[in-house]
Amino acid sequence: MASHGLSPSLNRLLLALKYATFQPRCCAVHKAHYSTVYNGNEKTFDKILIANRGEIACRVIKTCKKMGIQTVAVHSDVDSSAVHVKMADEAVCVGPAPTSKSYLNMDAIMDAIRSTGAQAVHPGYGFLSENKEFAKRLAAEGVTFIGPDTHAIQAMGDKIESKLIAKAAKVNTIPGFDGVVKTAEEAVKIAQDIGYPVMIKASAGGGGKGMRIAWNNEETREGFRFSSQEAASSFGDDRLLIEKYIDNPRHIEIQVLADKHGNALWLNERECSIQRRNQKVVEEAPSTFLDPSTRRAMGEQAVQLAKAVQYSSAGTVEFLVDSKKNFYFLEMNTRLQVEHPITECITGLDLVEQMIRVAKGYKLHHKQEDIPINGWAIESRVYAEDPYKSFGLPSIGRLSQYQEPVNLCNVRVDSGIQEGSDISIYYDPMISKLVTYGATRAEALSKMEDALDNYVIRGVTHNIPLLREIITHPRFISGDISTNFLPEVYPDGFKGHQLEASTRRELLASAAALHVASQLRSQRILVLYIRMFSLEVCGQWSLASPLLPLTINNTHRMLQSLSRDASGEIVLQYLGTSFKVRVLSKLAAELNSYMPEKVPEDTTSILRSPMPGTVVAVSVKAGDTVAEGQEICVIEAMKMQNSLTAVRQAKVKSVHCKAGETVGEGDLLVELE
Amino acid sequence: SKLREKYLINSSQRDCRWYSVSNLSVKERIEKKRKAALLGGGQKRIDAQHKKGKLTARERVELLLDPESFVESDMFLEHRCSDFGMEQDKNKFPGDSVVTGRGRINGRLVYVFSQDFTVFGGSLSGAHAQKICKIMDQAMTVGAPVIGLNDSGGARIQEGVESLAGYADIFLRNVLASGVVPQISLIMGPCAGGAVYSPALTDFTFMVKDTSYLFITGPDVVKSVTNEDVTQEELGGAKTHTTVSGVAHRAFENDVEALLNLREFFNFLPLSNQDPAPIRECHDPNDRLVPALDTIVPFESTKAYDMLDIVHAIVDERDFFEIMPNYAKNIVVGFARMNGRTVGIVGNQPKVASGCLDINSSVKGARFVRFCDAFNIPIITFVDVPGFLPGTAQEYGGIIRHGAKLLYAFAEATVPKITVITRKAYGGAYDVMSSKHLRGDVNYAWPTAEVAVMGAKGAVQIIFRGKENQAEAEAEYVDKFANPFPAAVRGFVDDIIEPSTTRKKICRDLEVLASKKQVNPWKKHANIPL
Repeated sequence: MASHGLSPSLNRLLLALKYATFQPRCCAVHKAHYSTVYNGNEKTFDKILIANRGEIACRVIKTCKKMGIQTVAVHSDVDSSAVHVKMADEAVCVGPAPTSKSYLNMDAIMDAIRSTGAQAVHPGYGFLSENKEFAKRLAAEGVTFIGPDTHAIQAMGDKIESKLIAKAAKVNTIPGFDGVVKTAEEAVKIAQDIGYPVMIKASAGGGGKGMRIAWNNEETREGFRFSSQEAASSFGDDRLLIEKYIDNPRHIEIQVLADKHGNALWLNERECSIQRRNQKVVEEAPSTFLDPSTRRAMGEQAVQLAKAVQYSSAGTVEFLVDSKKNFYFLEMNTRLQVEHPITECITGLDLVEQMIRVAKGYKLHHKQEDIPINGWAIESRVYAEDPYKSFGLPSIGRLSQYQEPVNLCNVRVDSGIQEGSDISIYYDPMISKLVTYGATRAEALSKMEDALDNYVIRGVTHNIPLLREIITHPRFISGDISTNFLPEVYPDGFKGHQLEASTRRELLASAAALHVASQLRSQRILVLYIRMFSLEVCGQWSLASPLLPLTINNTHRMLQSLSRDASGEIVLQYLGTSFKVRVLSKLAAELNSYMPEKVPEDTTSILRSPMPGTVVAVSVKAGDTVAEGQEICVIEAMKMQNSLTAVRQAKVKSVHCKAGETVGEGDLLVELE
Repeated sequence: SKLREKYLINSSQRDCRWYSVSNLSVKERIEKKRKAALLGGGQKRIDAQHKKGKLTARERVELLLDPESFVESDMFLEHRCSDFGMEQDKNKFPGDSVVTGRGRINGRLVYVFSQDFTVFGGSLSGAHAQKICKIMDQAMTVGAPVIGLNDSGGARIQEGVESLAGYADIFLRNVLASGVVPQISLIMGPCAGGAVYSPALTDFTFMVKDTSYLFITGPDVVKSVTNEDVTQEELGGAKTHTTVSGVAHRAFENDVEALLNLREFFNFLPLSNQDPAPIRECHDPNDRLVPALDTIVPFESTKAYDMLDIVHAIVDERDFFEIMPNYAKNIVVGFARMNGRTVGIVGNQPKVASGCLDINSSVKGARFVRFCDAFNIPIITFVDVPGFLPGTAQEYGGIIRHGAKLLYAFAEATVPKITVITRKAYGGAYDVMSSKHLRGDVNYAWPTAEVAVMGAKGAVQIIFRGKENQAEAEAEYVDKFANPFPAAVRGFVDDIIEPSTTRKKICRDLEVLASKKQVNPWKKHANIPL
């Protein structure tokens, strides 16, 4: 076995080490960090139906198993082999893929409850979790809803009503006015009373929709004009909301837990300021920003609000916190939150277990003084999306390889997918919630770096490059964050990890090491000399493994091998970002300088029929913007439907086919701009 | 003593030796010729070659082979033409227009010829052909592959029939070596006229994009005969031959990438038909489970999926060297390894034309299967085939005789044959795709397999023609045939396996089948329906 472009002595060394065995990395398998022990004598339910899918359904099933409760999963037809279906004791198909026909299909879910005899329903988050109609129908059939009472859902579901209740419960609310504003001048007067800047929007609009910010009288008049028009036309409800705009705020929320006997606890805060398009990306508990007195004040107000609506079960009170630690009530979520695991990590409570106990009518075991802050927990939401496009546009695909870093200690991964799962257009593109835990924030952060580096995801584009950049950014590390973090830190959009001279050398040395190893089929290497620098790269790995644990000049690095080919092109994931490196022998590199540069032919703007067949459906029209991977049209050939998708994001220039038409191979179907 | 000093060579050496005057002049001439041979057609032409984005014949050989492993032969051979002023010294180049010899690729022996475009445009003289024939004969004697790096303007017109004779000498050796040692052609420049038949006779033809051409007659002749306007690239470029004609098996971006890929490709091949399929050290556990495969076949039986996903997931390290990836894409063929051992992979591709068999895919599959069989490479076949493609184009094109080629190739093959039915195995295409009946050694079905004469709808229309309750009959048919049982109860598949265990099972089977011995009845040669 001779090598290409390697000295004979090196060759001998490598051959000697060739048969060294590969040692798998070993570490304690993670267990969830619950400090409370489940009391088996406390009888709750025999069987619970989980009206949800994905990671949260799996999460609930895990606690049910611990409590000895039988579980029923519901699923759509495309989810029939999903993880939550496999984990549950029973599973019922409730309809086709679209959520409106399956996971939101109350009739089918009620049928599933009846046919399986489930005594209670856990709704998870999203879907029917805050649907009072669903809660009512359950109550009518004597099935327990694991969540708050209907009236609490209703009271907190309405933005304006919840704010009035909060005010009455002496909870800090954002100063503002809500009601019919007749003229622009009236709006200006209100704005002046509140003090600039103010936010103007239609009362009935949800989230940040149609929100306008005014810094002066003129902008207030303009905002009034737009918002009142929108209120009348879009919502048929001409009430306006004018309130103080909190500039550069943090989003901090308090977890509350209450029982049906008037007891309520606050389980500390979660810092959720890192967001993109109003969706959370990285959360942590506790917050670096709160001092004990602010924390206590926020916690006590959250409990006051919970008591005011006779809240039971787990819930979350969201606050905006300004730079002077003034906090204002935003809204209350009457369900289990996505980011609940970090609270579980620092308090040791199993929130799902508590929800089930409370739903059965048990009193809370804990007193407020029993609730600790033990260490620090951080959660990264790992999404199937392209972080290079507006911090994350959804991508879809099949997980061809998938390994969670659960072999590391103090890492918790909540997911509902596995290798081979499809990330489809029908559901949330979240792959998992990656939670790390440590005695200190620094420990939790360093563990998060390790966990992200060890996470193997192939087949879909994912946001690990962005997550890793966020958690290693000096501003994040110092705790200097706000909801504007991403646009402020990356004003021109996210561009991946930027290499410095030293890290560039590490990357090149690693790629060269891998290249040589793959040529020599050995498992241990080497001292490499590359042009002007020398780095020692050591490691034990298998060429078949996606993970490359390396020691580069005594620094431990976990790289991932994404691909390598015969022409020396190696794609490595290094510091979260994937880099393309070409490794050539000296001779090949010299000769390569004679090779001409080629301009790649642009075939991405034309979609041709790959086969003769019938056009079944055309999903786009001229002027539409299509995302990468989005279906453009469907061609049926030999009774088989083939979905043709966009290879990149683009605007549709023209459509040259219509449904029912017969097309030949190579016929032009759609042109993109 | 002056004289003595003058002719003392290597005075530093202990045993000083005397050389006669004539000896010295030979030595000088040797050095001079060697130097000239290394420069080919001279620095000016070398620069011109580089300017075209091409490497020289010698640079190519050097990059293809392990460092310092090249042993050249016939460096001093010159052409013998004396017409048209060819006899002049300035028209003689030591080694003429081709570099030949042997060397090693990752330590394994290979014979190489590399045509030198800088000498008379790489044109083929009698001497040029003689050099190629010599190394081909040696390759046959010792049992080692031959790689040809083609870059030639065609016949040496000045030599006339001598040149034509040279081509024929090479063709004959190509044919005699076929099935004895692997022969690979890499087209790195023009290759026109009769010259094209040497690559066509070899096992694999690769091309370099934008700088290589293969055609019988160039665009000028085409224009004068058929009045067609066509560019060199359209007529015989890499794209044409890898997507339309199926003449070339793969194309690479440039010389460097092509040669590096050729090295990689070479690792898959045995040295001769006397050698077993090579086994490389394997890091991928042979008992690795592949859970992703359990869900890969879609819920709806009419929905497509990518057969390459299955191939990549099963083979060692997801490493698959696909042959003809852009031609007849409804069948996937190529080389991979299972537990380190080279295997040939054949799979229907549901993503393209539903994975049906047509003329092109049958021929593509047949040639690949025959190569594997000739060189002791086990064949693993993944079946998801709805049948042969209907239509006048196919019937007029002779799908019957072309489809027969694939059938013939699978039936005749005596290497280990393992078949996995992933979904549909309908009609005659079921028989063709390495079925049990064609001496498949191990035939598996996944739980999603359906072995039947045709799909439910068509079958019911025939069985229950004119009857009502077609839907009910269809459901009954689906229940009966749209599953692996009808084949399994008859022993036509050996087992119904969980897809996730496929890799493990195939690796285990290949170990057992390594000692397989099967001989076809004696014949002069078989008569495949060409």
